[in-house]
Amino acid sequence: MAKQPNKKQEVGTTGHSWDGIEELNNPLPRWWLWTFYICIVYAIGYSIAYPAWPGINKATAGFLGFSTRGQVAEEIAAVETKLAPMNDKLASVELASISGDAELNGFAQSAGAAVFKTWCAQCHGDGAAGAKGYPNLLDDDWLWGGAIEDIHFTITHGIRNEDDPEGEARYSEMPAFGRDEILEKEEIAQVVSYVMSLAPGSTPADASMVEAGAVVYEDNCAACHMEDGTGDRMQGAPNLTDAIWLYGGDYDALMETVTNARYGVMPNWNTRLSEAEIRAVATYVHSLGGGE
Amino acid sequence: MSNYIKLIVLGLVALMALIAAGNARDLAYQVNALTAALAAVAYFLYTLRRTGEPVVAADQTQYMDGVVRAGVIATALWGVVGFLVGVIIAFQLAFPQLNFDWAQGYANFGRLRPLHTSAVIFAFGGNALIGTSFYVVQRTSAARLWGGNLAWFVFWGYQLFIVLAATGYLLGATQSKEYAEPEWYVDLWLTVIWLSYLAVFIGTLVKRKEKHIYVANWFYLSFIITVAMLHVVNNLSIPVSVFGSKSVQVFSGVQDAMTQWWYGHNAVGFFLTAGFLGMMYYFVPKQAERPVYSYKLSIIHFWALIFIYIWAGPHHLHYTALPDWASTLGMVFSIVLWMPSWGGMINGLMTLSGAWDKLRTDPIIRMMVISVGFYGMSTFEGPMMSIRAVNSLSHYTDWTIGHVHSGALGWNGMITFGALYFLVPKLWNRERLYSLSLVSWHFWLATIGIILYAASMWVTGIMEGLMWREVDANGFLVNSFADTVAAKFPMYVVRGTGGLLFLSGAIIMCYNLYMTVKRSPAVEATNVTVPAE
Repeated sequence: MAKQPNKKQEVGTTGHSWDGIEELNNPLPRWWLWTFYICIVYAIGYSIAYPAWPGINKATAGFLGFSTRGQVAEEIAAVETKLAPMNDKLASVELASISGDAELNGFAQSAGAAVFKTWCAQCHGDGAAGAKGYPNLLDDDWLWGGAIEDIHFTITHGIRNEDDPEGEARYSEMPAFGRDEILEKEEIAQVVSYVMSLAPGSTPADASMVEAGAVVYEDNCAACHMEDGTGDRMQGAPNLTDAIWLYGGDYDALMETVTNARYGVMPNWNTRLSEAEIRAVATYVHSLGGGE
Repeated sequence: MSNYIKLIVLGLVALMALIAAGNARDLAYQVNALTAALAAVAYFLYTLRRTGEPVVAADQTQYMDGVVRAGVIATALWGVVGFLVGVIIAFQLAFPQLNFDWAQGYANFGRLRPLHTSAVIFAFGGNALIGTSFYVVQRTSAARLWGGNLAWFVFWGYQLFIVLAATGYLLGATQSKEYAEPEWYVDLWLTVIWLSYLAVFIGTLVKRKEKHIYVANWFYLSFIITVAMLHVVNNLSIPVSVFGSKSVQVFSGVQDAMTQWWYGHNAVGFFLTAGFLGMMYYFVPKQAERPVYSYKLSIIHFWALIFIYIWAGPHHLHYTALPDWASTLGMVFSIVLWMPSWGGMINGLMTLSGAWDKLRTDPIIRMMVISVGFYGMSTFEGPMMSIRAVNSLSHYTDWTIGHVHSGALGWNGMITFGALYFLVPKLWNRERLYSLSLVSWHFWLATIGIILYAASMWVTGIMEGLMWREVDANGFLVNSFADTVAAKFPMYVVRGTGGLLFLSGAIIMCYNLYMTVKRSPAVEATNVTVPAE
């Protein structure tokens, strides 16, 4: 290794001095120079093998025929080919029969989980527990129905969007009772007190208003939320008796809801996901705990 | 006479700035215009008080050290500010609650992040470069700075640039280009300052009394020229209104991205590498009192570095809309760049041969050695991360953040601290530093801080890269993005802690430097311009 003894004290300086700094005349370190050469050779070789040198109209393509877009396309095609039989089966069988087929169900579960994590978790949460304005998918409280067919329909067409090409998005609209001056502020406070008396575990802010509120409810709310307050899934009208609140069940939140109404929107996924993906995520959501 | 012209010009500038403030279309522009007016008025009053006083010609046989002293103070203070903001945003990432509601729109992460990067790179690093280059070019040319008070104009103009940029960020003025966030009028102002800086530097080199230009000055000069070019090209934009901060970029789409990363990469290459190598080539041999290891290596690695660095930018845009050929060239130039970068490390470390015992006794040398060590590590890591296959794992992860910080904290930070410890006793004519043991404290706090920072970012970066690409047996994604964010939490706390240690070290340094000026025994000044034979 050490062919020559360390001679750095003998090489001498360049003869200049700047503010007392001198420079030795040491040669380039061998290993440094050779590593530099090797890097250059590697760079030239790599740039011949891969697309690299630009010309007037286009760049050299490289003899390996590599392209990043081509690589992605190949990988996607390989996965699609591999999964095609299962995807075809998933997209064509009866929805209700998926859970009975162990192999198909396992496939749908892992595919559905991936779809959920990519497209749904942003609103409904990573664990599907939802957030204010975004329903919890783990419980058994369903606005538009919790059967696999209902969930599949909701995912396919979405809710209150204008984008569904088939115009089948689930639709309903609660009136803004305060903003549109349908009810007086006093009446809203009464009906809110009544609604708070319906749910177990919540007590109305003002018990004296409950009775008057019941009348307001009967006249304005019962058509959709039903006389007993259990809601109507045909219209996406929430059940008011189960103590599950999408926008909050305290006095202020309910005042806001009745005054200005709510208008939750969900995109239609039929233009972004394949039928197999929609069925997979429907299966996944259905299995989360509250599926009917 | 010239003072009267100056007064008229300054008066007009103040007036125009006030008119601009009155017509401002947005708050950031208004605050910036008022700041400019204030600066012009202050300069006006300063000039007015000196008008009619007899002019004392500067003694050309003495170095101009006042501006270097100012540079040292600015470096230390901006450093602490920049590190502090860094610590705050590190903890904001770990604990999002620290994005307080009352501070939304001013002090949330999005506003503070460019404040941090610009404060450490341009305010801390920039002042360190300007200050040390003024010191080094005078000493190694045996000449006083050219241009009279132009050097002072550069210094104060640069501080104004920093204040305009920083307040602009907090109030929402940004071009959304990383490291090039300041809007059009701040860019124009910086161009004026930078060309003045170039004039002072070249003017001093021209009137040097040494036969040859010392290697440190090659690096400083290449840094000043290239940054001027990068700055102008990347900031080509058209203002929406002369009374508003918003502007529109001249380039669009992938061309804009390519220009941005040509700029961004070479801001690292020339600002944070070439410029700081200039520092290294002066302060390491001075502090070690040893000759530079190899003249030949310095000349070869200098030309190789500046020729190759400028082509490596596309590696920031692997797997994007950038055409494959540009991405390949960016990668191979980055790999060829490895050895030219290491030339500086070899020259720095080998300069110490024969003086290795000083590592035991001199914490400043220790700082410089670890700085060169981190330089070597990050200039190996960089080319490695530019390899397409590695980049497919590392890109967009915290690994990049760790890489940048091992370079910025380790290399730029430590060499600057070493230079400041070297300069303060010399500039204030003190016999020695106030306390070497405080320097040791600073050394260990900073070193442990950097290690915590870099190690935690490697762990979380590689972890999140692997989590993003993890698929199950059927090829389906296993983790959601939120899963990866949640998994990073402990490492984020470690990172913030590392930053806190680094910041404490810098505060100790400020105390030590202050006490050096206050308490250390005085010696006779040695700032006479004598050529070194």
